[in-house]
Amino acid sequence: MSATLAPAHKHTPAPVSQDSDTPAPSGLEITVPVRDEKSAPGWFLARSEAAWAEFQTLPMPGIKDENWRYSNSKKIELADHTPADAPTAANTAAALAATEGLKERAARFVFVNDMLVESDTTNLPAGVVCVTFADALRDHSEVLKQHFMQREMTLGSAKFAALHLAHVRAGAVIIVPKNVAIEKPVEIFHWVVGDHAAIFPHTLIVTGDNAEVSVVDHYRSLEGEGGLSIAIADLVGGRGSKITYAACQELADDAQALHLSSIVAGRDSAIKSFQVQLGASFSRSESVSDLIGEGSRSDMLSVSLPIGEQVVDQRTLQNHKAPHASSDLLYKNALYGKSRSIFSGLITVDEGAHYTDAYQTCRNLLNSDEAEATSLPGLEISADQVKCSHGATSGPISDEELFYLKARGISDSESRKLIIEGFLAGVIERFGNGELLDTLVARIDEKLERAV
Amino acid sequence: MVTAPENDISDIKVDSVGDFTFPERNKFDSGFGITDKTVDFIADVKNDPDWIREFRHKALKVFQDKPMPTHWATKDLENIKFDEFRYYLSDGQKPKRSWDDVPDDVKKTFDRLGIPEQERKFLAGVEAQYDSEAAYSNIKAAVAEQGVIFVNSTEGLHKHPEIFRKWFGKVIPTGDNKFSALNSAVFSGGSFIYVPPGVKVKHPLQAYFRINSEQFGQFERTLIIADEGAEVMYMEGCTAPKFETATLHSAVVELVAMKGAKIQYVTVQNWSSNVFNLVTKRGIAHEDAEVRWIDCNIGSRLTMKYPGVIMKGKRARGEVISIALANSGQHQDTGAKMVHAADDTTSNVISKSISIGQGRSTYRGLVHIPKHLKGCKNNTECDALLINSNSHTDTYPAISVRGNQHSTQHEASVSQVSADQIFYLMQRGLTEAEAMSLSVNGFINDLVKEFPMEYSVELKRLIDLEMEGSVG
Repeated sequence: MSATLAPAHKHTPAPVSQDSDTPAPSGLEITVPVRDEKSAPGWFLARSEAAWAEFQTLPMPGIKDENWRYSNSKKIELADHTPADAPTAANTAAALAATEGLKERAARFVFVNDMLVESDTTNLPAGVVCVTFADALRDHSEVLKQHFMQREMTLGSAKFAALHLAHVRAGAVIIVPKNVAIEKPVEIFHWVVGDHAAIFPHTLIVTGDNAEVSVVDHYRSLEGEGGLSIAIADLVGGRGSKITYAACQELADDAQALHLSSIVAGRDSAIKSFQVQLGASFSRSESVSDLIGEGSRSDMLSVSLPIGEQVVDQRTLQNHKAPHASSDLLYKNALYGKSRSIFSGLITVDEGAHYTDAYQTCRNLLNSDEAEATSLPGLEISADQVKCSHGATSGPISDEELFYLKARGISDSESRKLIIEGFLAGVIERFGNGELLDTLVARIDEKLERAV
Repeated sequence: MVTAPENDISDIKVDSVGDFTFPERNKFDSGFGITDKTVDFIADVKNDPDWIREFRHKALKVFQDKPMPTHWATKDLENIKFDEFRYYLSDGQKPKRSWDDVPDDVKKTFDRLGIPEQERKFLAGVEAQYDSEAAYSNIKAAVAEQGVIFVNSTEGLHKHPEIFRKWFGKVIPTGDNKFSALNSAVFSGGSFIYVPPGVKVKHPLQAYFRINSEQFGQFERTLIIADEGAEVMYMEGCTAPKFETATLHSAVVELVAMKGAKIQYVTVQNWSSNVFNLVTKRGIAHEDAEVRWIDCNIGSRLTMKYPGVIMKGKRARGEVISIALANSGQHQDTGAKMVHAADDTTSNVISKSISIGQGRSTYRGLVHIPKHLKGCKNNTECDALLINSNSHTDTYPAISVRGNQHSTQHEASVSQVSADQIFYLMQRGLTEAEAMSLSVNGFINDLVKEFPMEYSVELKRLIDLEMEGSVG
């Protein structure tokens, strides 16, 4: 046989030379997690250890990673951060003083640097488990073993999730038994304090048949430069149950935030999740809804108001695995200054998930010449009798709307403010908590003052 | 002249159904696989000037260096065995085939579409060329009188280098993607059109019209330039299935619309279902110019095609109108790319896809409005229709907008033909299949109207044909 058939030129990529400018790994990249929970069950310690190994093995997501398109995983600067130190008494006092939560609430936890500093769980109905993550490891190991971080991280942050699992110690675990409804929300505050401190809060909500619960997480900065929060929420809705969950991120402007939520909607359950991104120089949320039960429903909501050079990065997945399920996503971003938003959403309808109703809407309101909004709304449909749509719009405030208000004697700047407020409040209303709506609208107002 | 590599009989490969003749090894066949030698061979045969030869070699290097884009595209690309293709075959040396070798379903389609006997043989690859001279010589003469240059790309390169060189490879750089690099290395065939300032070409120019041309298709390279205020419409492809033996097609089409010019490019792609059709198409629209891509994809195994418009001058317009139909075993991965690079530019994308059986249709789009522009508008609509319960559809748009003086909107929907609608039609005496065809034709009707008359009639018939057996 002639040798000429073989390709004359077989290309082998040049070996990547070690860039001499690359700094040695530091901070979270190399800080080995220390576990001192004596009471933690063996399975957890083993998973945590495995996660640390996984974190070290997994590469940082590269620029070619579709899940990081238009974004950059290096915006989460692991090398610059170390796990937060235990707070001082002064920190704790300051955090508690600054914690102005909902008046109407069923329970409250306050954490500073992943340490519990206040808990109030006296108003809960009998049978409800509402405890810190550490207590749950000790007393409800079986529930945790079944539901804690059981879903694969498909939206790009597997490495960060592994880091979270290696370090996690704070957060709340809420288990609502069958037919029990907690009417008022459970509120959890996570404060980060100190220069370059990192926290790893976790929230796990499990509802029994026809149970109801509402949970609000707050992520805030007290003082110090550039904090980092890598938070995960697991929401597991039992048959016919209802969960509403809000993650309100209001970290300092130089902080970085990552929030990964995994929603599992069981038969006829209704889960509403809400992402509020107001703080951090870079904030990324990854929200996955797995509709595994027939007749289940997932509402996914988000508002953000990036200003200055803030970057808001949102990735979502509505994963329809069962027939007759519905999901509805509404993300709204109002952008100012040189800020950027990236929305990347996907609806997948698996084979057999017939009679799916799935909707996805992303709306961006651009309020400055240099703000940039990128939308990547996606659909992957493999089933029949599906009603599915997505829409994405980007544009400025419409002249008609502005004219309408100005014609009534309202100044240009006031009119714009009102329109933006209304634009975002429309989403917050859908979350269905009047007090939270008022609080958030006030926070949005404050931020708008800063923006203009 | 470089001689082709000598192979013994065990090296002869059959690259697809219907190709079972013994390929002749001579100066018109570049052999299998792609190397610098292949490129030199093609350059020699085509008598390329040095700059083109160099261009081809550079492109080959880029092609070899670029990874397959499987981080976003389908893994089916990995099934392309680049070493098993022939990258150049001149006309006289096409594998011969008799009418009896043409598969029955292809013949049946010809019957149903009412394709004239003469054309059938050409389409089936039995005759190397369809002699269209008589029919179209009047049009050719008419356009030549207006000063329009309409030749194949090789002729364009040799006879009109001053225009050709200025724009060739400028709209789509070699390194744009792996397949544009492949095309740049081995291109042959395709059209070169130049329309002088102010000339409005009345009749659509068709790829068929070219006399003594190489077959359009495999590694086609087309360059169309409409000078200031000129207008031209170009059509390629045909509604009848092209029965193909070469299963890798990678064309590059570049359009340049100068100030106030208007180019419409109509494609009807109906390759046989063993073809990988990986095409890069892009146009530049200067001030007040308009580029429209009207694109219909029915055939092939995998089509990846995202016609683009770069709106470089103020008030330029870009439009993509796309119909895709994916039957079992097919993946139509199509879309549009709209790059706004000047103030007050507008773009419009309307895409409709139909998935039948286990077919998969994908819309992939890009809209880019960078900073410091004002008054840009984009509208994107993509609708997908699923016929069977195991049909697939995907939508992956990417819209990036910077600044507060633009507006973009994107909408997509996925739907089925409703049972009510079918029932209603059947009540009036239609069979289920007829009812389904009627509904599907209704779904794309407003887009079919954008095609020239004879195409739209055939398109409707073709859709009826594709729909057969998909219900019940």
